[in-house]
Amino acid sequence: MTVTTPKTVPDAPDRKRSLLSRLPIVHQVRQSMGIQRFMLVAGLVVTGLFILTALLAPVIAPYGYSQLRGDDGAFGSQQAPSADHLFGTTVGGYDVLSRTIWGAQTALSVVIVAVILSIFVGVFLGLVSGYFGGWLDRVLVVVCDAIYAFPTLLLAIVMSIAISGGQSSLWGGVFAAAISITVVFIPQYFRVIRAETVRIKSEAYVESAKVVGASNARIIFRHVLRNATRTLPLIFTLNASEAILTLAGLGFLGFGIEPTSAAEWGFDLNKAIVDVSSGVWWTALPPGIAIVLAVLGVTLVGESLNDLADPRLRGRRRVAAASGTVAATSVVPGGAQTAGPAGLGGLESGETFGDDGIETRP
Amino acid sequence: MSAVTTPGADASTTRPAAVLTIEQLDVSFSTDAGAVKAVDRVSLSVAPGEVLAIVGESGSGKTVTAKTILGLLPETATAGGAVILARRDGSDSHDILSLDRKGLREVRGRDVSMVFQEPSTSLNPVYTVGWQIAEGIRAHNKVSKKEARQQAIEILGKVGIPDPSTRVDYYPHQFSGGQKQRVVIAMALVLNPGLIVADEPTTALDVTVQAEILDLLRRCRDEFGAAIVLITHNMGVVADLADRVAVMYQGELVEEAPVRELFAAPKADYTRKLLESVPRIGQRVHGSAEERAKKESLETAETLVEASGLRIEYPGRLGRGSFTAVDGVSFQIRAGEVLGLVGESGSGKTTIGRAIAGLTQVTGGSLTVLGTEMNGVKERHFKKTRQDIGFVFQDPASSFNPLLTIADCVAEPLRIHRRSLGERETRKKVGELLEAVQLPKAFGARYPHELSGGQRQRASLARALALDPKLLIADEPTSALDVSVQARVLELFAEIQREFGFAALFISHDLAVVDLLADRIGVLYHGELVEEGTSEQILTAPRNDYTRTLLASLPVPDPDAQAAKRTRNR
Repeated sequence: MTVTTPKTVPDAPDRKRSLLSRLPIVHQVRQSMGIQRFMLVAGLVVTGLFILTALLAPVIAPYGYSQLRGDDGAFGSQQAPSADHLFGTTVGGYDVLSRTIWGAQTALSVVIVAVILSIFVGVFLGLVSGYFGGWLDRVLVVVCDAIYAFPTLLLAIVMSIAISGGQSSLWGGVFAAAISITVVFIPQYFRVIRAETVRIKSEAYVESAKVVGASNARIIFRHVLRNATRTLPLIFTLNASEAILTLAGLGFLGFGIEPTSAAEWGFDLNKAIVDVSSGVWWTALPPGIAIVLAVLGVTLVGESLNDLADPRLRGRRRVAAASGTVAATSVVPGGAQTAGPAGLGGLESGETFGDDGIETRP
Repeated sequence: MSAVTTPGADASTTRPAAVLTIEQLDVSFSTDAGAVKAVDRVSLSVAPGEVLAIVGESGSGKTVTAKTILGLLPETATAGGAVILARRDGSDSHDILSLDRKGLREVRGRDVSMVFQEPSTSLNPVYTVGWQIAEGIRAHNKVSKKEARQQAIEILGKVGIPDPSTRVDYYPHQFSGGQKQRVVIAMALVLNPGLIVADEPTTALDVTVQAEILDLLRRCRDEFGAAIVLITHNMGVVADLADRVAVMYQGELVEEAPVRELFAAPKADYTRKLLESVPRIGQRVHGSAEERAKKESLETAETLVEASGLRIEYPGRLGRGSFTAVDGVSFQIRAGEVLGLVGESGSGKTTIGRAIAGLTQVTGGSLTVLGTEMNGVKERHFKKTRQDIGFVFQDPASSFNPLLTIADCVAEPLRIHRRSLGERETRKKVGELLEAVQLPKAFGARYPHELSGGQRQRASLARALALDPKLLIADEPTSALDVSVQARVLELFAEIQREFGFAALFISHDLAVVDLLADRIGVLYHGELVEEGTSEQILTAPRNDYTRTLLASLPVPDPDAQAAKRTRNR
C-alpha cells in the first residue's frame, strides 16, 4: 500500500461545537452517561428548584415570613395543616409553608455573599503565596492551618456575635453568617489555588514567559491564574452546601436571624424541638427537608462535576470493536521542506489529544 | 520460520508453533470525540526464541497492540479478532481476548510478561526488589517464602546484578536506572515465560546503559529462549536486537520483513521514508568550502557567551551538602556559531542552558552573557538583555499556555518588548514568523493542543525568533518528537539559523542530532566538560575515553554495521 496519499478520514463530529453545547453545565450533561448523568441531572433539578423558589418567594409564598395574622384574624399557634395553612402554623403563629419558602431566599443570599467574599481573597492570596513563596508563603500557610484547627461552627459563632453585635436584621444576619463562613472558606480556596500555582509555576510555558522577560504581574494574571482556576467550580459547589449547613447550624443554636427580619430554616427547627415530642410533626419536617434537599442538590452537582472533570472517573459508552476511524496521527516523513507551507496541511494537520491521550483528527 | 509442515500433521507435536499469533486484531477506544480506532486488522505471529520489533511513530498503535497481548487494555477499549498465546512447551493455548480475569491472571507472568518503559515507576518503592520478585513466583507456584527468595537471588544474579544475595533486600531507590531495568527484566524472566513484551525498554535510559540492557535482552533470547516482542521507535535498537520487524502506521501493519531485508530493501514507501529520516553520525559531510569559510569568519566574530570555571550548585536539603550540577566548565559561543552540548541525563547540560537564560542561579566562576555577568546578577539588570535571547523548550506540549492561541503565544514577546508596534503590526509580524517556520498563517488561530508535536515545536521556534535574538538556546528541542518529525524540525532549524545568523546553544543527548547542526561540540560528563572541539574532530577522532564510550554505545541503524560494531566493542 502506498502511504503518501493520506487516508481519507470521514469527517468526525465538528471540532467547533455549537455554542449551546459549550456552555459549562450543558456540556457536562451531554458528556455524562448512566448513573453519573442521573446524579448530575437530579442535582441540577433540585438546585434549580431551590434557586427558583428563592427568587420567586414573594410570588409563591402564600403569606409573608413575619406575618402573624391574615384577613380573618390571627393564624393561631400550632394549627394543624389545613386549606388555609398547607403545612400548619408554628408555635409562634407563623405559616410554616411561607417561612420554608422565604427561607430559601435567605439561604441563597448567604451562599452568594459568602462565596463571593471568600473566592476573591482566597484566590488572590493563593496566587501570590504560591508564586512568590518565601516567608509570606510560610506565614500564610501556618495561618490557614491554624484556622483549620478551629471547629467551624465555634468560629462562626464568635464571628457572628462580633459582627452583628447582638442586633438582628436581614442583611446584618446574612452578612454575619456569610462573613463567619468566609473566614473558614478562605483557607480552602487558598490551599487549592496555591497548590495549582506551585505546580504551574514550574511548567515550561511559565518559564518561557520568564525567559521572554514578562513582569511578575503579567505572568501571574495572564499565564498562571487562568490555568489555576480549573478546580474552582467544584470547591464552589461543595462550599455552597457547607454554607447552607453552617447557616442552619447558627440559626439552630440561636445565633441566626430573628423571625421578624427574615425566615431562616435553622431557627424554625430550633423552635420546633418542643413540638416534636408533643405530636406536632408539621413544624419540624418542612424546614428540615428543605435543608436536606438544598444541600443534597448542590452536593450532587459538585460531586458529578468532580467526576466528569476527571477523564479517569468519567464513564463512557463502550464502542463496537470495528467502529470508529483510525486516528490519523502519524506523519508522512519528508516532503514538507519542498512542499512549503501550503503542503503542510495535508501532511500533518489538526491532531488533537483526546482526554485519555489518544490523538484524534477530526 | 520456513519449516514446511506436511498437511494433516500436527505441528505442535513436532515443534512448538508460534508462541503468539495475532489475527485480524481491531482495537477501538471510546473517547469524548466518538469512537477512535487504534489498531486496524493487524495480523502477526512470533516464533519461539524470536525477537519481533514493532516499529512506528507515536499513535501508530504499537503500544496498544502490545498491551492487548497481556490483556491490559483500559475499560474504554473494545477489541476484536484473536490473540492466541501458546504455553512455552506448546501444551496449551488461550485466546487472550476471550479469557476472564482469572484466566488472564494465570497467563500473565507464566506465559507472557512485560518490561515497561520507565524502570523507576514500574517498581514499587516501599518493597524490596526481592519481595517484588517473590510476589510473582508465589502468585503462580506454591513455594515457601524461603524458596521464592532463593529463586529471586538466582534470577538477580543471572541478569547481572552484582552480589545478589545482599542486594535482594535492597529497595528500588538503591539501584541505578540501568540496574532497576535489570530488576524489571528479572521479574519478567523469573517464571520463565515463552514471551516477553518489552515496551520501549531503553527509551528512559542513557545511551551507554542502553547498550548494556540491549545485551541483556539478547541474552534473554539466547540463554532463556524467550521470544521477545520489542516495541520501539529507535531504529538503532531495532537494528541491534530484532530478528524480524513489523512497521505500523496509523493502526495498520505497513510492512513485515526480516531485519536485514527491511533495512536493505524496504518495500513500503513509508518504511523507506522512515529509514531516511533517522539521523546517523557521518551524515553531514564535513570539510566543505562553505564550512571552512564559516569557520574562518567565526574566529573573528565577537564573543556572545563566555564561561570560565562556571560552577552551579543546587542547595541541598537541611543538613546535607549542596549538589554540584556543573563544575568548572569553560567555553565560548561566538556570534553566529552553533555550539552543541552533549551528555547523559544528570550531566548538567540543561543546567548550563538555563543558567545562560537566567533561569538558574550561577554560584561560582564567571558566566558572561551578552555583556552581563550572570554570577550574582539581579533580575532588574538582566531584563533588558532578555530580548536578545530566545529559548526553545524540550517538551512542545507544555511550553505553550494551553488557554492562549498560537498567535497570542508567539506575540507575547512582542507585546512585552515592542509595545510601540500596535495590534495590527504585531499580528502582521506573527504571521511572518509563522511563515518563516513553515506554518500556515491560519494556524495562529488554533490552540496549542490542536497542533501536532512537530508543529508546536515549530511554533515554539517562531516565538523564540520573535525579537530577532542574537542567541538562541535550544534544550533538547527534538527529543519529544518522532523521528520523521525530528528530521524536519532539524532541517528547518539549520535553515533558519543560516538565514537569521543567530548564535545557538544546542543541547541534546543524541550525538547524531548534534552532528547535523553544530559547528563545535562540547561533551559533558558529571558536570564537567570532558572534551570540546569541532564536530569533525569529536566524531572522528575523540580524545577522551568517555566520548569514545558514548560513540561506541550509539546503536547504528544498520543491522550488519551494528553487528560488526558489537563484536568489535566486545
